[in-house]
Amino acid sequence: MKGFDSHPYIPDSVPEIQEEMLREIGVASLDDLHKNVPELLTLKEALDIPAAFPSEMALRREADRILSRNADCGKYINFLGAGCWQHYVPAICDEVNCKGEFLTAYGGEPYNDEGRFQALFEYESMVAELVGMDVVNVPTMDWAQAAATSISMAQRITGRSEILIPEYVDPQKVDIISNYTEAALNIRRVKCGPDGMTDLSDLAAKTGADTIGVYFENPGYLGVIEEHGQEIAGMMHDSGALSIVGVDPISLGVLEAPAEYGADIVCGDLQPLGIHMYYGGGQSGFMATRDEERFVMEFPSRLFGIAPTSEPGEYGFGDVAYDRTSFGHLRDKAKEYVGTQTALWGITAGVYLATMGPAGMEEVGNIIMANAQYAASRLATVPGVKVDPFGSVFFKEFVVDFSDTGKTVAEINKALLSRGIFGGKDISGEFPALGQAALYCVTEIHTREDIDELVLALKKIVA
Amino acid sequence: MKRIDRSETVRTGFHQAKWDEPIIYELSTSGERGILVGEPEQVIAGEMAGAKAVPGCMRRKSRVNLPEMSQSRVLRHYSRLAQQTLGADVNIEIGQGTCTVKYSPKVNDRIADSIRDMHPLQPAESAQGILRIFSETEQYLAAISGMDRFTFQPGGGSQGIFTMASVIRAYFKDKGEDRDEIITTIYSHPSDAAAPAVAGFNIIYLQPDPVTGLPDIEQLKAACSERTAAYIVANPEDTGVYNGHVKEFVDYVHSIGGLCAYDQANANGLLGVTRARDAGFDVCFFNLHKTFGAPHGCGGPACGATGVQSELVKYLPAPLVGYDGKKYYLDYETPSSPLGVRKIREWYGVSEVVLKTWCWIRSLGPEGLYQVAKTSVVNNNYLFKKLMELPEVTCYYQDGNNQRVEQARYSLENLEKETGIGTGDIQRRMMDFGMHYWTSHHPYYLPEPMTLEPTETPSKKDIDEYIETLKYVFREARENPEIIRTAPHRSVTHQVDESSMDDPEKWALTWKVYCRKYQ
Repeated sequence: MKGFDSHPYIPDSVPEIQEEMLREIGVASLDDLHKNVPELLTLKEALDIPAAFPSEMALRREADRILSRNADCGKYINFLGAGCWQHYVPAICDEVNCKGEFLTAYGGEPYNDEGRFQALFEYESMVAELVGMDVVNVPTMDWAQAAATSISMAQRITGRSEILIPEYVDPQKVDIISNYTEAALNIRRVKCGPDGMTDLSDLAAKTGADTIGVYFENPGYLGVIEEHGQEIAGMMHDSGALSIVGVDPISLGVLEAPAEYGADIVCGDLQPLGIHMYYGGGQSGFMATRDEERFVMEFPSRLFGIAPTSEPGEYGFGDVAYDRTSFGHLRDKAKEYVGTQTALWGITAGVYLATMGPAGMEEVGNIIMANAQYAASRLATVPGVKVDPFGSVFFKEFVVDFSDTGKTVAEINKALLSRGIFGGKDISGEFPALGQAALYCVTEIHTREDIDELVLALKKIVA
Repeated sequence: MKRIDRSETVRTGFHQAKWDEPIIYELSTSGERGILVGEPEQVIAGEMAGAKAVPGCMRRKSRVNLPEMSQSRVLRHYSRLAQQTLGADVNIEIGQGTCTVKYSPKVNDRIADSIRDMHPLQPAESAQGILRIFSETEQYLAAISGMDRFTFQPGGGSQGIFTMASVIRAYFKDKGEDRDEIITTIYSHPSDAAAPAVAGFNIIYLQPDPVTGLPDIEQLKAACSERTAAYIVANPEDTGVYNGHVKEFVDYVHSIGGLCAYDQANANGLLGVTRARDAGFDVCFFNLHKTFGAPHGCGGPACGATGVQSELVKYLPAPLVGYDGKKYYLDYETPSSPLGVRKIREWYGVSEVVLKTWCWIRSLGPEGLYQVAKTSVVNNNYLFKKLMELPEVTCYYQDGNNQRVEQARYSLENLEKETGIGTGDIQRRMMDFGMHYWTSHHPYYLPEPMTLEPTETPSKKDIDEYIETLKYVFREARENPEIIRTAPHRSVTHQVDESSMDDPEKWALTWKVYCRKYQ
């Protein structure tokens, strides 16, 4: 096969240069490279992929043409959430994470990648304040992975075998946790009460000598604010188990920090903090604990710490307890495994928190709740629609039951789509007991007009 | 005026940006703010309780302790931290061996901006563009590897390895076979051992042949048994040597009923040259953020796209992306084995990285990918040849037949014996010239290791500069070793006192802990 001469991404594809280098190496042609690849395994034909675009402009034109077949939440009014949420992304967040120095850095040392270490140390510091903890990891994949690892950490800390998870947790998250922890522990589900919160008597009945702890979320997957955090933690601690709490970090300007109601490990997703949705590509998981050796030493993640240098007055950074990780000497005996995850989103979350400040986080929490409450109250005026069947206080998501409209959520969402609206997530398959139910998400990005337009459209659709 | 002499190629005048930048909390001024958030609209505010509705027990009692900074001051802080970071956009990336740090085309980043506002649950009919990108990128990776189907869910190489281990576990569970051992090699990535261990496997390591550095088939046979689930290996491994007998290994493992998994993190030198499936592998993964030109992002977002042969497709995490001739759809049926993996990552994967991969492959085409592979091998062998001419540099596993592929692990043991200056010292000093330099994964199996991977991105001039800089530092090791021992001098910081890093009483993982422990 012929190569591609003078390709702009391959400087040494200039034929004269390449020939000079081949001479220097002492081989006659490109064919003489890969001499350890046996004939049998050498690909004879060209790869079956399309020829290169003739120009950068042509690439751009074709990519834009294909992608123009997407709608998005800029063009449509969006009420989907369920783990990936549309929030306002301050321009400064994109400005920072598009800086080439950050975007293209990787695994350099804390001397010449000092800025990466400091930015991630600061992100750790700010998220620690948000959740009321001391230690935060360099981010992992997503909330589900953070939950799976938090549970695995708790398993190793307690030496026990069973984790309790309430019924109302995202099923895909439970699948991820289940696959990840299969070799180490069992999952036992706990009922939720009619208020949508964890059923304390069922939790008590299922807590025993094998119990690692409970993993619950606040706000829960179906939006409800869990009011019994302190009782749940107390119940766990009384039996030598741990309380693991999953949170939506954008709620924490108005909701209590989980450490204050007894959480031992906190986890969640950074995506609401200044990261676009990217069709699911903006997820980024974090975990947090107190500064206790028995917790810190169970993190599989990198943990960046601050330290002095040989120069007085200078901050330096480094990896705390590096040998716990699989990058250290222990390999398969390390704490789980580590690798490339979502560091850039950690830096971005730091930019977001520094930009919002204490006032911004409080204000955005209030706007989100007010908008969601307004949407719920207006949706309740649609004939046959029941809003918030749990009757509990919710943060930004709530369940809407369409059963009495005689229509399925699928039918309603299809009709909404034709009106330029993404209706809430259809959860009738996940939680059939809730009827033809959808999970609606309302945030600070929604205007009163957006919500009124939804309500008007629904009134027409169910009529 | 006299013409300035720029014939010296070593950047002796380099100094990295150093702003003496405080920790962000030290920049806080009470009352400053970075953005206006607004208030609920008047009608809404009048009718709704907002955050006042939060039950007392769950209401935040005090404001979050975050910095209070005007927007320009936040930006300036992060701009400075960016300048204090040596990304691939600003330095000659040869020194981060095994990481395939190459040029990430800017146009791909801009194209990926267009999916920022897409929600993963929006209906497939409103996402036909991105679903087509997923589908076509999958076809390209299938062509490059010979595998049948790919999942993009793994968010990095290590999660790709975990996905491979999960698929292997599902396969044997379905067959009703109790196989709990995975065999790998010491020169494969540490995650090839660590991630399968999380999936419940016991790990057996093959040691390298002392002459060739390659795994030994007799060792493999001795390690194989009815407990063997799979052989997971990189080829080339970190040494950069390709095992030409790989198919015999794969065939043997198959003969005792095991599967074979290929860690293709080192695929950059093999694109269009040889394929995983042709060597018999059942499953493999590619790092789209390395080999396929998507940026590394300080360590993600990324994608460890994992491919399997047809028998294993039903165990993949769901969904895959299907095409019925008219429209693209999320396919939950094909990967629907009740014993399958079900889910590795939320939704479908890191979509923007998949899109950048599509752009990169389509910018190169089959001839370009071949050129990538060949040029990365030319660059590496050129570097290898030049470095082996230096008395300070040696290389293990040169049996006269081993040609390095895309990277090489060297040894500076001669230099260390002569001067006392080791590979860790050279690493710190190279930073004084704006260069990355990497030693090895841990533990070091070779003395004073140095691992370099030029990729196709640097030019001959760039490689020559890297070589000249190394030579300059080696000379310093003899003439002025103190400057190396005390390096770095022109980086952002000086030598970090790491004595607190393993001490629970002293480590400081956040600003609040630092302030508490060091008043």
